[in-house]
Amino acid sequence: MYLTKKENGMLNGENGYSAKKSMEILVALGEIYNAEKLIDVGSVQVSGVSYHNLGDAGLEFLEELAKDGKVKVLTTLNPAGMDLENWKNLGISEDFARKQKMVINAFERMGILISCTCTPYLIGNLPRYGEHIAWSESSAVTFANSVIGAKTNREGGPSALAAAFVGKTPYYGLHLEENRIPNIHIQVDSSLKKLSDFGALGYSIGTKAENKIPYLTGIHKADVDELKSFSASIVTYGSKPLYYIEGITPGYEKYQIPKEKIIIEQKDLQEAYSQINDEVSDIELVCIGCPHCSIKEISQIASLLNNKQISPTTEFWVASSRAAKQLSDVNGYTKIIERAGGKFACDTCMAVAPLKGRFKSVATTSAKGCYYSRHNKMLTKMGSMKECIDAAVTGKWK
Amino acid sequence: MKGRIIMKGNVQDMALVTSQPISFYGGVDPNTGIILEKGHALQGKSVKGKILVFPTGKGSTVGSYTLYRMKKSGTAPSGIINKECETVIAVGAIISEIPCVDMIDISKIQTDDLVIIENENVIILNVDKR
Repeated sequence: MYLTKKENGMLNGENGYSAKKSMEILVALGEIYNAEKLIDVGSVQVSGVSYHNLGDAGLEFLEELAKDGKVKVLTTLNPAGMDLENWKNLGISEDFARKQKMVINAFERMGILISCTCTPYLIGNLPRYGEHIAWSESSAVTFANSVIGAKTNREGGPSALAAAFVGKTPYYGLHLEENRIPNIHIQVDSSLKKLSDFGALGYSIGTKAENKIPYLTGIHKADVDELKSFSASIVTYGSKPLYYIEGITPGYEKYQIPKEKIIIEQKDLQEAYSQINDEVSDIELVCIGCPHCSIKEISQIASLLNNKQISPTTEFWVASSRAAKQLSDVNGYTKIIERAGGKFACDTCMAVAPLKGRFKSVATTSAKGCYYSRHNKMLTKMGSMKECIDAAVTGKWK
Repeated sequence: MKGRIIMKGNVQDMALVTSQPISFYGGVDPNTGIILEKGHALQGKSVKGKILVFPTGKGSTVGSYTLYRMKKSGTAPSGIINKECETVIAVGAIISEIPCVDMIDISKIQTDDLVIIENENVIILNVDKR
């Protein structure tokens, strides 16, 4: 791989330990994937923030990097293992909180924005169409590639950090036009009526079109929240982090409809629901916000919860970025949700918080949320926002 | 045999070989180095201090941090030889400074062979004595 004089200097340690380690990572990845050079990136999203996943070794590594590492571009952070302010109220232990704060402090020293959200594009890290970026967090990667039309591979935590310290990423994979061509046609012959239908559709396509780039036809309406949910689901269940929807997402006009075709009918969505849902009626946790709730979703929750009370046997969590919560505070939604007995879980989410053993069952609007909840040994139910709120109020799934 | 350097370094140890991919996150116990993955050919075997020979990595990117954690607690493999290295293993080897080489015909190496990694070179010392 071609390196400039400056890049070679970094690799040889002229700019310190973090720059050297970062260059080693970028060069190794570049060599593995036959990149010709490094290219500039406009922004970075870093995953691997929850102490639950990092452990002491991860924390040590981050503290080592924080000694002389400074990010060169706008860099935002994925959710942590807890709400950084309201952790006690959400049942997090003192010990976990202390370690999680050390992780956050290390990222802060590197100059990273402590955004703690999987939806950086909703809170100020919004790339432009065609811009090269280096993001981790598969749902955000898929949203950025597909809905925004930016270009990023699916980075891991350390490779995203490396890109942030150097301001560059190796030029391979989804950064190259030739690798962004759709190669499977998904004809959607089913109507999509609610948010969770997009999750079910993502499941259905992800499992049928593993490692492919889908070109979807037959979807005539989809808002940002639905596309956010679809992006999370399709990549969790197996597709490449890039799709096109005719008439909806940018760039589809450049391509011909791929020859290989899969038709998705109502029965496929039903099949997805039956795979994602378990047999369970008592719901101990209802969590909305995987990916993190937008302000629009928070307002929907508030209007559904107005003058209602959450069941004493159920916890109701709204997972969102702190930025969205602050808007919600100003607009009075927070008050309505908290008066009903709901809790905000900012900075964290159901995929990375240490929830194992705390709840036996969960209801959510998110197909991705169900996937990770099963890892935490919970029984899962996926449904519309209204079905989830009903479950939170009655304690039962109907 | 000559391969491609992922992480440079020299090491000599006994090989532990599998034809199946390995996931370090969830698939290996970082406290003992023992492979946990159900049904894996190496399930129950320890990778500690071995030159671990496998086709490629798989699974969560957190696996890179798992390798780092193993290195810190002394349970990591002393070297890694892959057929085709992918991101998780490459990044893990680099941040943990474990010598790692790929593009090697791993079918030529057997478990308990005494193997040397010298940057891109892999030498099997006991070929004559097999």
